[in-house]
Amino acid sequence: MFTELLKIELYKIFKRPRTFIAFGAIAVIILLVQFALKVNGKDFVQFYTDSQADTFDIPYEKILNGYFVCVAVLHMILIHVPLLVALIAGDMISGEANLGTLRLLAGKPVTRTQLIMAKFWASTVYVILLLACMALFALLGSILIFGTEDLVVFKETDMHIMKSGDVVWRFFAAFIFAALALTTIAAMALMFSVFSENSLGPIVATVCVVIVFTIVQQLRVPVFEETINPWSFTTHMLGWKGFFYVDKNVEGATISGSVENPMSLVRSGLILLGYIVLFLAISIRGFNKKDILS
Amino acid sequence: MKQRLFLLLSACLITVLAPAQTAKELLQKVKTKYDQVNDYTATGKMKTNVIFIKAPVASIKVYYKKPDKLKIKNESGVSFIPKGSANVNMNNVLGLSNFEAVESGTEKIAGITCKVIKIFPLSDEENITRATLYIDEARLLMIKSVISTRENGTYELLMTYKKYAEWGLPDNVELSFNTRDYKLPKGVTIDYDNGSGKAPARDAKNQKGKVEIAYASYEINKGVSDTVFN
Repeated sequence: MFTELLKIELYKIFKRPRTFIAFGAIAVIILLVQFALKVNGKDFVQFYTDSQADTFDIPYEKILNGYFVCVAVLHMILIHVPLLVALIAGDMISGEANLGTLRLLAGKPVTRTQLIMAKFWASTVYVILLLACMALFALLGSILIFGTEDLVVFKETDMHIMKSGDVVWRFFAAFIFAALALTTIAAMALMFSVFSENSLGPIVATVCVVIVFTIVQQLRVPVFEETINPWSFTTHMLGWKGFFYVDKNVEGATISGSVENPMSLVRSGLILLGYIVLFLAISIRGFNKKDILS
Repeated sequence: MKQRLFLLLSACLITVLAPAQTAKELLQKVKTKYDQVNDYTATGKMKTNVIFIKAPVASIKVYYKKPDKLKIKNESGVSFIPKGSANVNMNNVLGLSNFEAVESGTEKIAGITCKVIKIFPLSDEENITRATLYIDEARLLMIKSVISTRENGTYELLMTYKKYAEWGLPDNVELSFNTRDYKLPKGVTIDYDNGSGKAPARDAKNQKGKVEIAYASYEINKGVSDTVFN
C-alpha cells in the first residue's frame, strides 16, 4: 500500500511542469559555469593563487580540470538548491489544501502518518534525482570538457591536493552527503507545509530559515560560533565539502584515501538525521491533529 | 725605513688577499667538476612541506641544460614548484663571472667538514645578491648553499650525494624557502568546519617552506630538447 502511495506522490511531483524547471535551471547554471571557466578559467584559478604566484610556479592549466570545475560548480550551486527543494517539498501538503484535495486524500484508507511518509519519501526521491542530474552535468560534463587531473581544493587558509585516482569516490560520498543535507531541507519544507493552507508560505519560510542560518554562520562572531553554529543544520549541510579535505602524514604529504577528521562528518550526518527525524515527527504530529477543512 | 714599510704592507696585503684567491681556486675546481654535465634528465620523487599546502608525494622529472636551464615537471599530477628550484642548478652560482669570494672558515654539515665560502656578485644585473656555499673540499661537492636572490628571497639547499657524486649530481636535495602568507577573503570558500581548527598562528614574514627531491636516476649528457623548458 505504501509503495502505491509513493508512486502516486511521485506521479504528482513529476506531472507538474515546475518540477522540471529545477532540472532545467540546474543544467543551464552548470553549463554557464562550465562555459565561463572554459573561457576565463585561468583568471578564476588566479584569484585563489595570486598571493603565491611570486613563490611558486602555478600550473594553471592542470589545476583547471574536470574535477576542479565540478567542485567549483557544486560550491556555487548547492547553496541555492535548497530553494529548488523547497519549491517542491513546501507544496506537498499545503498545495493539496490549496487545491481542495487534502480532505479527499485524508479520506483514503491509509493513516495520515503513511501519507506524510509517502510525501517525504517522494520529496527525497526528487532530491536524489536532482543531485543525480547535477552529478551527470557537473561531474561527467566537466570531465568531458576539461579532462581529469589531480584535484586542488582551495580553503580559506590552506589548499589540499588529491591524486586523480583518489577523487571519484569523494564525489560519490559528497553527493550522498548532499542528498542527506537537502533531504533535511525537504523535511523542513514538508513540516511548514503541514501548517499552511497555501504553497507560498512554506516555500518562503524554508528559504528564509536557510538564509538566516547561513548568514548567522557566515558572520563568524563568537557569540554565534559557540551557541548556534555547532547545532545549526546549515553548518552541517556543508559536510559534503569535508570529503575534499585530505589528511596528511608527519612529513606533510597527503594520505591517499584519507579524510581530515572523518568523525566530524559522522557527527554532521547524525545531526542532519536528527533534524530530519525531528521535522518528520512534528509533521506527523501536526498532520494527525490537523483539522482538515478543505 | 721605506723599504721596511713597503715589505710590511705587502705582507699584510698578501695575507688579506690570499684566502680570497684560494676560495676562487676552490670554486674553479668545483665548477670544473660540475662542468662535466652538459645536460641531464632525472626522475625522482618530490615531497612538498609547506604549512598551507597539503600535497601528495609527486613523481617528477627534472630537466637541465647548460648553462642555466632547469625545469622540474610533475608529469602525472599537480605540484606547486617553488620558483627558487632553479637554484638546484649550481651553475647559477658557479657560473658567475664577476664576483668576490671570501673564505669564511669551516663548518660541519651532516657530518662532513665543509669549507664555507661567501660569494658577492659585483654586477647589479645578477639575480643573485649573495651566496654562502659549503663545499666538501675533498670530494669537490657543494653540500649546502644559501642563496639570496633579488626577486625570490632566500633559498637554502642541502644536498646529499651517493651514486652520482662523481658528476656532482645529488641523490637528495632539500630546498628551503620563504613563503608568503596564504589567506583567502572570508566567505569566498565557505569552508566546512570539521573541527580541525584554524591553522596555527603564523608569522607571515618568517614562514619557511621545504621541498625535498629524492632522485632515482639520471640520464647524463644524452641531450635535452629546448622545448621542455618552455
